[in-house]
Amino acid sequence: MSTATGLARERRGGLLRQISDALFRSPFLLLTLLLAPPLLWLGIVYLGSLLALLAQSFFSVDEFSGLINREFTLSTYQELFRLANLDIIWRSLSMAIAVTLAAALIAFPIAYYAARYAKGRLKAFFYLAVMLPLWSSYLVRVYAWKLILAKEGIITWLADKLYLTWLLDAILAIPVIGGPSLSISYIGTFLVFLYVWLPYMILPTQAALERVPANLIEASADLGALPRQTFWTVVFPLALPGLIAGSIFTFSLTLGDYIIPQIVGTSSYFLGQAVYVLQGTAGNIPLAAAFTVVPIVIMAIYLTIAKRMGAFDAL
Amino acid sequence: MTTAVSFQNVSRHFGPVRAVDDVTLSIAAGEFFAMLGPSGSGKTTCLRLIAGFEQPTNGHIEIFGETAEGLPPYRRNVNTVFQDYALFPHMTILENVGYGLMVKGVPRAARQKKALDALDLVELKGFDARRPSQLSGGQRQRVALARALVNEPKVLLLDEPLGALDLKLREQMQVELKTLQRNLGITFVFVTHDQGEALSMADRVAIFNQGRIVQVGAPQEIYERPRTRFVADFVGSSNVLPPDFVASTGGPARWMSLRPEKIAIAAGTAKPPAGSHGVVAKVTSVHYQGAITRVNTEAFGQELAVSAPSSLAGLDIGETVSLSWPLSALHAMEDET
Repeated sequence: MSTATGLARERRGGLLRQISDALFRSPFLLLTLLLAPPLLWLGIVYLGSLLALLAQSFFSVDEFSGLINREFTLSTYQELFRLANLDIIWRSLSMAIAVTLAAALIAFPIAYYAARYAKGRLKAFFYLAVMLPLWSSYLVRVYAWKLILAKEGIITWLADKLYLTWLLDAILAIPVIGGPSLSISYIGTFLVFLYVWLPYMILPTQAALERVPANLIEASADLGALPRQTFWTVVFPLALPGLIAGSIFTFSLTLGDYIIPQIVGTSSYFLGQAVYVLQGTAGNIPLAAAFTVVPIVIMAIYLTIAKRMGAFDAL
Repeated sequence: MTTAVSFQNVSRHFGPVRAVDDVTLSIAAGEFFAMLGPSGSGKTTCLRLIAGFEQPTNGHIEIFGETAEGLPPYRRNVNTVFQDYALFPHMTILENVGYGLMVKGVPRAARQKKALDALDLVELKGFDARRPSQLSGGQRQRVALARALVNEPKVLLLDEPLGALDLKLREQMQVELKTLQRNLGITFVFVTHDQGEALSMADRVAIFNQGRIVQVGAPQEIYERPRTRFVADFVGSSNVLPPDFVASTGGPARWMSLRPEKIAIAAGTAKPPAGSHGVVAKVTSVHYQGAITRVNTEAFGQELAVSAPSSLAGLDIGETVSLSWPLSALHAMEDET
């Protein structure tokens, strides 16, 4: 130690040490190295292919040859706005709205309890209960629901045992959303969507509620706010970003899904099914691309409205 | 005199922990009352019992003659300034201050006027459109104060409100709070672990230790006549002298408190003047503090701290000094710790 004259400690290591020193001296290089792989993935593989897909929507299909005409045209969008296609958009949109609202209504109390009251083992149980369904295959769960909802399924059986068959029949007799059985009706599709996407609503809501400081709730009560007022003026606005985040999941996942409505529900198409059929058997890639633009535009509108309403002010 | 807050044998237990243990207390209307104690001594729990965030396990609480237990916070005419201010991050300063009026249904125009007046009172004019995150700690503290005061509470509770401020700002806020309290005539109940703050601001101070009140009284009384060793040590770090040491210097064999500033110090070995006790000691450390210098000494294994004017205290470590104090400076304490 007596020979040490400068600041530097005794030198150890070789190349690795030099690399780490170089990175320490140029933080920009470090940042570039860290961000390059994800940015390449996100930028080229993910966004790039999405843009390529969107570009397809401005091409058209030659009616005679069935070949794709690679010239800029809006005719595909004209086709998109045909009544039959608007019907698909409207159906998907209403389903997504219904599923999102119902999920928010069910998720909020669960998330509130988990965030504010559950402790220790109870909290572990909560996470397990919410996440466990996500561990099994989505397809398996959807088929399980088909059996539950089928005419010979457990719900029909239970309704019969409880002498509630009349109620089930009354529900199935509701025009539009009813049908011959739950598994062949919009109610069935709705229930399965709700079940499958619910965790995606609960988790962000719970995270947002957990971040609401307890002393804000005390301060509100201290200033004379009734529990109801505290909820609507303090807890809810502060949890809203979480609810919005959850609703982005439930909303966009419902809009784009093509498996659930195919297994459970009527034969009418949803957006995802339309895309699936158009790009596959029909070979109409431009129209399929135009269909995928629809949920993107809807989400953009939804987020703009949410922002205008101040949903992200508490972020 | 009207009683603002009264505790009768109040306890608050959290499982086996007795956060507040059989406290009886009476705070007069218009009084500036400080609750002083180390952390975990139960002072904050007492404050939360008044606010209604906690309910007593046993005992009876009255606020202006009204039974308080079972009454939720939003039904009490009591407001709190929280330790970390607890401002609503999603509201402007004006909305924060007007919140209490808003939930009570005061019309917008009236409530904005009152909120602006309250901001004026705490010297935050022109800050109404900002968000809490855009203010400094001292400014947030004032907003929290305005937000509580705008409701014209009968009792204002302050939970270590100056704890997060730097020294300069804290001293300024101490003066301002005291002036504000005098002008408004509202009962202030102030929780702090800073004895200087409590002594300088309060009309009366309650010293808390382990969930109990050890002593209640005016600041001078607490400082001059600590009832127990704990009070003597906690308030102004007095010298606590055990009975045998006091006896060896010629006093009665009792626990005594001796304030560092009451001890006269001189170099060399001199006899104490008539009517005084004294001892020869060795200097162990010297801490220059500006106007005064704190000299720590040791005599017969007993440590004695001395506060001497810096002009007199040109002493070195290891030097022999003679200490003396008048008999009247010794204050006898009760045997309990």
